[in-house]
Amino acid sequence: MSFNLGDFLLSLIKFTVFDYIRSIYPDSPGVEIVLDIVGVVVVSTFCLLIVIFLIWLERKVIARMQDRIGPNRVGGKYGLLQTVADVLKLLTKEEIIPTGADKFAYNLAPFLIVITALLMWAVMPFAPGVIGVDLNVGVFYILSISSVSVVCLLLAGWGSNNKYALLGAFRSVAQLVSYEVPMILSLIAPILLARTMSTQGIIAAQKVPYMLMIPLSAIIFFVSSLAETGRTPFDLLEAESEIVAGFHVEYTGMKFGMFFLAEFVSTLFMSGLFATIYLGGWNLPIISLLMELAGGAPLNLDAIAFGRVIGLVVYFAKTFAVYFVFIWIRGTWPRFRIDQMLNFNWKFMVPLTIALVFTVAILDKVIPVGTSDLVRAGIHLASNLIVGMITMEILRRNGRRQRLAAEAQAQANRPDVAAAD
Amino acid sequence: MIPLSWYLIVAAALFCIGLYGVIARRNIVAILMSVELMLNAVNINLIAFWRYRTLIDANAPQSTGLAWAIFVLTVAAAEASVGLALAISIYRRRDTVAAEEISTLRN
Amino acid sequence: MTFEQLVFILISAVTLGTGLIVVTYKNLFHAALAMMASFLGVAALYVMLDVGFMAAAQLLVYIGAISILIIFAIMMTRRVMDTQESPFNSQPGLALFTAVISFALIVAVLVQFWPLAVDATRVFGSKPILPASVFQGSIPALGYAFVSAAGYVLPFEIASMLLLAALIGAVAIAWPTSEEEEA
Repeated sequence: MSFNLGDFLLSLIKFTVFDYIRSIYPDSPGVEIVLDIVGVVVVSTFCLLIVIFLIWLERKVIARMQDRIGPNRVGGKYGLLQTVADVLKLLTKEEIIPTGADKFAYNLAPFLIVITALLMWAVMPFAPGVIGVDLNVGVFYILSISSVSVVCLLLAGWGSNNKYALLGAFRSVAQLVSYEVPMILSLIAPILLARTMSTQGIIAAQKVPYMLMIPLSAIIFFVSSLAETGRTPFDLLEAESEIVAGFHVEYTGMKFGMFFLAEFVSTLFMSGLFATIYLGGWNLPIISLLMELAGGAPLNLDAIAFGRVIGLVVYFAKTFAVYFVFIWIRGTWPRFRIDQMLNFNWKFMVPLTIALVFTVAILDKVIPVGTSDLVRAGIHLASNLIVGMITMEILRRNGRRQRLAAEAQAQANRPDVAAAD
Repeated sequence: MIPLSWYLIVAAALFCIGLYGVIARRNIVAILMSVELMLNAVNINLIAFWRYRTLIDANAPQSTGLAWAIFVLTVAAAEASVGLALAISIYRRRDTVAAEEISTLRN
Repeated sequence: MTFEQLVFILISAVTLGTGLIVVTYKNLFHAALAMMASFLGVAALYVMLDVGFMAAAQLLVYIGAISILIIFAIMMTRRVMDTQESPFNSQPGLALFTAVISFALIVAVLVQFWPLAVDATRVFGSKPILPASVFQGSIPALGYAFVSAAGYVLPFEIASMLLLAALIGAVAIAWPTSEEEEA
């Protein structure tokens, strides 16, 4: 087959470009390398450019939640070019490097944090067949890249030659390393149910979206990803209203912009990951289930004419819905102190996650093999709700006991105050 | 195709570099870092041997090398944490981290 | 020299070079960074050996946990006047001799069994490669090995007890003593 411009343009619209080019030049290693490089460039550029939109979206949504309008001066009535103006401002700022700063560590940290934020996108499934590389250990790869990104904070804190930056870096690292544990444990549940760690495999295995099947795991993963990306309510360490801005206090200009960018890229990635693992990704599992119950074949997006485009649209709709929840939480909740954060993790999240993994694993073995997917989903949902209710009951009793103790303490203090008068 | 001996030589070189670090460095933490290098070299050896055996032998065990390498990883993590806790404790008591200054043996 | 071999030589050069930096640099923080780069090189070697699982585990455990632990230990045990001291103790010459002789002996034994020559079809020197590789990505096999009685369930359980002991031991060693609490 020779190159046909019409076919090429059509495959570009249908997102089957790579398959088309592979069919024209079969068995050519040079073509594979070029396609890989093109894929890397496209995904990285997309991630970096969409941050412009994401920052604008966040400012507008939070403003509306706080009953104000948000940016509306730059770029027309809706302030669409506000982020571009911010980027220009950052680019033209003076680069101040503190004296005594470890030049290697200080300069390496912003690059490394953006690199690790972008590396995770290699296993994100955008549409059926549109994925960077379908590793069979995809989810494990994501978790290991998130723990590599923890190193960058230490580099930033140490390289700044500033005691407060170092303290902020220590606290950031403590928070990130602690919240990796419930994240990894809570991801064991969908991996167990899907029998694979590959992201495309998890989407294919979701006959019922895992959000409806193991909602407790979804909630735990959501909370730990809030902590891992450093979003409110876990953003004590880099919050704008705190006096010392944490580990990036000594960074100016575009280097600070890199930290900011990496936070947005990894937040979007975590929303995409949540949509992939718990909401069904580019697939429409509920519609597929209804089609199957009505007697037909399940929905196969790759076989429909513009199926990949539909998958892409569905994926982005789900991702931005989850991203909206991230922004919503930022606009409405106050933030934790560091000791409250660590207590919450080790005394509540980790035992709950271990209980969840026990429940899901035992039920998965106990349910006989032949039961239909709906019944299986119902049993898992019921078990999750039971574990959730038991947890709520324990918390309620604990809270009541603490409140009674505090009231008894206040009662004991009051007669002394009255006697002192 | 990369011959097996290349992997083994890289592992041996890394092991000997770690060995040099363990014998020649003063700081305890630096000695522990060199020990980690040696453990990595051992891991490369295990995995290379196992992988190349699965290439040529149809009855090769499908997971032996990987399981053993993960055990080595686990033990390395446990040993690093206890060793570093000891190093910090020694620093608090003796106010030094040079290995030669901690010795209380005479001569 | 195929492309794969070139990549292997590059990765090994990075691994061994940063390993040399670890054992020679005076600035311990830079040595720790070089150690992280060395671990990254080892992870790349695992990817070349087709065990992506082990590469991800290496990144997670070594770079994501052990390196951070070492950096914390370096920061907590810093001495103020570290700039003039040599990083080596009284026996660097002996150490160099030992390391070089060990390496030479190991290599001398190795090349007798597994030759250095690059042969397209034989990696073990005498046995040919199986025509269709049966290696399917061994994660389910690994899982079975860890929990089956004919596999490695006993070392698995002992490793978990070792981790528990290490956790308790590290906490017990680093617990502040009563003198420090009063201070």
